[in-house]
Amino acid sequence: MMRDTIILRVVAKLLLPAILIFAFYVQFHGDYGPGGGFQAGVAAAGAIILYGMIFGIPAAQHVIPTTVVQVMVPLGVLIFAGTGVLGLMLGENYLNYSPLRADPGDGQHLGILIVEAGVFITVASTMLAIFYGFGGLADEADAAAAEEGEE
Amino acid sequence: MVITVVGIIRAHNLFAVVMLGSVYSFLMATVMVILDAVDVSMTEAAVGAGMSTVLLLAVLHLTKTREAPLRHKPYIPLFVCLLTGGALVYGTLDLPPFGEANAPQNQHVAPYYIENAEHETHSPNIVTAVLASYRGYDTLGEVTVIFTAGIGVLILLASGLRRRRENADPLQDPKDDAI
Repeated sequence: MMRDTIILRVVAKLLLPAILIFAFYVQFHGDYGPGGGFQAGVAAAGAIILYGMIFGIPAAQHVIPTTVVQVMVPLGVLIFAGTGVLGLMLGENYLNYSPLRADPGDGQHLGILIVEAGVFITVASTMLAIFYGFGGLADEADAAAAEEGEE
Repeated sequence: MVITVVGIIRAHNLFAVVMLGSVYSFLMATVMVILDAVDVSMTEAAVGAGMSTVLLLAVLHLTKTREAPLRHKPYIPLFVCLLTGGALVYGTLDLPPFGEANAPQNQHVAPYYIENAEHETHSPNIVTAVLASYRGYDTLGEVTVIFTAGIGVLILLASGLRRRRENADPLQDPKDDAI
């Protein structure tokens, strides 16, 4: 899309690690400060989308292939629901994480971390999948326009 | 925020509308910070201002950037909007004052969460504890909604892509379309 602009490329390269670090900070610090899986997932997806907008969607798909994204979308929901089933099998209510560790509080804490990871995976990959989808359509439109221009 | 809304209504360039929508979301995020809802504010800034703007720009890339002229008078939608808005404002009149300790929402389960969340879940952020643990079903539902919505959008986009490829394919017999 905007591959020729050197300022955008340099600034994006500087920003990308910061955005990713911030996303993971929000993810893993979510139980101490504001944030959690939703916000972190959107921020991480935003980093990849910024990369895709500036360096082209094929470059972004080289970093995270479409198949990986398509596996990650249901994987997050499965992690969330599976944690609930795990609690069920360990003799507690569905989505009660207490039996995951010896101490119920620690178990809840661990459960929250796992569940937030599930949320992160689904949110980030859904955003990416939609972006790839629209990007694919846009690339097709560009190709069609280019062909018409040549004719 | 009122200025941006008026700008969105007046502007006919859709690019400007998308950008003003992003500005509106950022203003909304600041309102959330003022109301001490930092989690909601982060979500609004990331999803409302960031992600929807990017997706809308991607859509703009596919369509025209000028608003189409109106084909009918906008009075019925205006009436519906005014009616809904009026009903919502009427509903807020019955709400207790903001931040009142005796209000029902501060009397029900909120004190239990504030007292017990930290030692029951070992998570100092009550918002996260409520979201992921006490209200786990709700969050699971939300994730499922995102999952379902994502799958739906992907199917729509994929079918559009396929149709375009079939149309672009010159080898295909046009009589097949009769099926």
